[in-house]
Amino acid sequence: MSRYQITTEDLKYAAEFKANPLGVASPGLQRIMNLLRGGPKEGKYVLIVQEPFRQWVLGRLPAERGQGVEILKDQLFTDLAEAEWEVFKRRWQAHGGQNLDQELA
Amino acid sequence: MTRLLGYADRLSVAPGENLKVMVSCDGIESYDVSLIRVIQGDINPDGPGYQEERIDIDLGGPFNGRYQPIHTGSYAIVEDAAPLAALASMGLQAFIWPTLPGRGVQTIICREDPASSLGFRLFLDNAGALSFALSGPGQEPIIVSTDQPILAERWYLVGASYDAGSGLITVRQMPLRSSPGGNREYSASYQAIPGLSQSGCTAPLLIAARPANDWPAREHFNGRVEAPMILSRPITAEESMGLTADNASDLVAAWDFSHGISSDRISDLSSNQLHGRLVNLPTRAVPGRLWNGDEHCWTKKPEHYGAIHFHDDDLYDCAWDTDFEVKIPEGMRSAVYALHLQGDGEDYYIAFAVRPPRGTVTAPVAYLMPTASYLAYANNRIGIDVPETEIVAGRLIQLSPLDLFMQEHPELGLCFYDLHNDGSGVYYSSRLRPIVNMQPKHIGHLGGVGSNLWQFNADTHILGWLEQLGQPFDVITDEDLQNDGLEALSGYRAVITGSHPEYYSLGMLDALASFQDQGGRLMYLGGNGFYWRVSYHPTLPGVIECRKSEDGIRAFAPRPGEFYAGFTGEYTGLWRRNGRPPNELVGVGMVSQGFDISAPYVRTAASHDLRAAFIFEGVEGDTIGAFGLSGGGAAGLELDAVDHSLGTPPNTLVLASSRRHTDLYLMTPEDMNDPAPGLGGSEAEIIRADMVFFETTSGGAVFSTGSIAWAGSLPDNNFDNQVAQITTNVLNRFLEPKAFAKLG
Repeated sequence: MSRYQITTEDLKYAAEFKANPLGVASPGLQRIMNLLRGGPKEGKYVLIVQEPFRQWVLGRLPAERGQGVEILKDQLFTDLAEAEWEVFKRRWQAHGGQNLDQELA
Repeated sequence: MTRLLGYADRLSVAPGENLKVMVSCDGIESYDVSLIRVIQGDINPDGPGYQEERIDIDLGGPFNGRYQPIHTGSYAIVEDAAPLAALASMGLQAFIWPTLPGRGVQTIICREDPASSLGFRLFLDNAGALSFALSGPGQEPIIVSTDQPILAERWYLVGASYDAGSGLITVRQMPLRSSPGGNREYSASYQAIPGLSQSGCTAPLLIAARPANDWPAREHFNGRVEAPMILSRPITAEESMGLTADNASDLVAAWDFSHGISSDRISDLSSNQLHGRLVNLPTRAVPGRLWNGDEHCWTKKPEHYGAIHFHDDDLYDCAWDTDFEVKIPEGMRSAVYALHLQGDGEDYYIAFAVRPPRGTVTAPVAYLMPTASYLAYANNRIGIDVPETEIVAGRLIQLSPLDLFMQEHPELGLCFYDLHNDGSGVYYSSRLRPIVNMQPKHIGHLGGVGSNLWQFNADTHILGWLEQLGQPFDVITDEDLQNDGLEALSGYRAVITGSHPEYYSLGMLDALASFQDQGGRLMYLGGNGFYWRVSYHPTLPGVIECRKSEDGIRAFAPRPGEFYAGFTGEYTGLWRRNGRPPNELVGVGMVSQGFDISAPYVRTAASHDLRAAFIFEGVEGDTIGAFGLSGGGAAGLELDAVDHSLGTPPNTLVLASSRRHTDLYLMTPEDMNDPAPGLGGSEAEIIRADMVFFETTSGGAVFSTGSIAWAGSLPDNNFDNQVAQITTNVLNRFLEPKAFAKLG
């Protein structure tokens, strides 16, 4: 579990992630990812496969075995990079960061 | 969601033999079955394309569907408990180490007719307090409780008595170590009617579960039980701690779990001989109340290992009824097959191997299907139980309909990457259950950016390569290797591994080493192989044990005193910690893992040695494998490198190495005695895949890729690429009878 706190200095890493969400990360971006991808199981964002390799919707994990996964049907993606960016933005704000749609418009 | 599930009674079958198939349908009235040969299981549209061969054989379908439930939860059962019917006065006691007190009613000792409730039952109630229920013929049960919750993971002596003369019921819970703050002895008494008897009760006796009308057992105990005992008189507080089978008067039963630890049987030391059996493999060879660290090996001091750890989610054998049998035709070629069940829009594949006819070899090369490793990962919950998986995978976790099904149906059972509900680690994994991630078309969680395949389906990249080569091959499973030893491989010129043959028993390792010693050629087309020591059960089919002692990359550490396998008494853990590092066998050993993107190899100067010239014939460029379906490179996911201090043969040629991985790749705990900065893939020199070749002293040779992702690069450009060319060059030379130079 990371104790890192996002600051305005980190905005450049958000831009780095947006440009290349599935590649080699700079040390600064990796530190951000360790924070954003960490956290407990309950409520963790996942992708629910609608069509293998082609279409997904967002979901959130439950706390316990046996419980259903929450499925956010309106959050549909046909591109993994777009899904990664959507979750990145949500988590960034949840950790006290800015609204990235506005900051990186 | 899947409403169609099944499994077969074995994973390997020879022509002429029968396979029993068990199926469960949830709301599906009928289903049909076809037999397919698995050629290429990857359904990634950017990959080589799914490929199967349908085998023209009448399997007798369509079949009527029926629902067959899975009963999880372990317990002991004494089927014939007739002497207990004579009980009137009684005293019961046991030592317990509960792990989830307060999580539902949990049974300790029970003999009760589920229809009439006639019987007695010692249990923890919903609040975790010791309770006793007793009824006589025609009587409603009387329940007496201490009303004081006991604490988790502490040893207690618990007991209850009934005096049929006076009618007094007493229950008592006594911690073996009391402490301030409430952990002390509590007891309660109740004046019931005298003369209650057990006459007419014919129920079996259960330990750690309660029988039910509609289910074999419910209200399972979570935690350890030791030395349960029944007397035909009340037990006094003064005598309880010192009671043994040797000194107790009026003894009816005294089970000593330190007897027969490697078996599924429990022994009663009383003259009644109320021996029993264990259901669903609770964990044995775990420290009991007497364990003090003096001895860590249960075979040397079994009296310190007199406890059994029961779990409400243990599962060994679903024990479903057989739905149909398949007779494997004489002459059917050895290959990987699957029974394709289809009904009401649902699909399920039951995968298995057809080996060559026993005692024969029908191809020059054997594909060694790593079924022990498939079991190790069977129904793993890495994507749904482990939140850290997203970090190490470097991307969002994708859940398929099968994952969602597993999340809502944990009764499918656990594997070596999972924890039990009580937080204790899983030591056993069985194939006598549906294994949903051992199907073609399956998508995993750790397979890297791209196809994201793991184990069984990832290995079909190797099967696909053999298919396009038109290379005849036999399939030998790990179980065949375990059961037949060297004989399973004798007669083959070369053996090809899967992409991740991580789990090896001593018998398997010895057989493979003997194959090498006899001049056999070994193609290790994977990463992190021969890493963990596993044990097959000496009598129970289809189940392996793995305790990951000391270190290694693992989901949990075994508790102290639990480093020896219960099945065999073997010391467990890494083969590296057992004097058999993989480096000795294949030149390389596990150094790192990461599950995002993979890297290419770069050829070394040593690769231009004439000894290796055959490997690179027709291969252009010094950068090898900058492509692939498992992370986009041939070196990735889990990596092996040479280490001469761990036994890499001195004549090993390092042909190529990967040079830079992401910082999701980290050094392994076994190489990281004193952590210091620079442990990630962008810095640590040790984090690399080494592609190696060496000749053996018996004229054989070994080629190792040291990377799981290698297999995922084979199909690129319709198998016309550097990785496929290298692999084919090696295979062609390994199949030539000419001995390799005997060096040294």
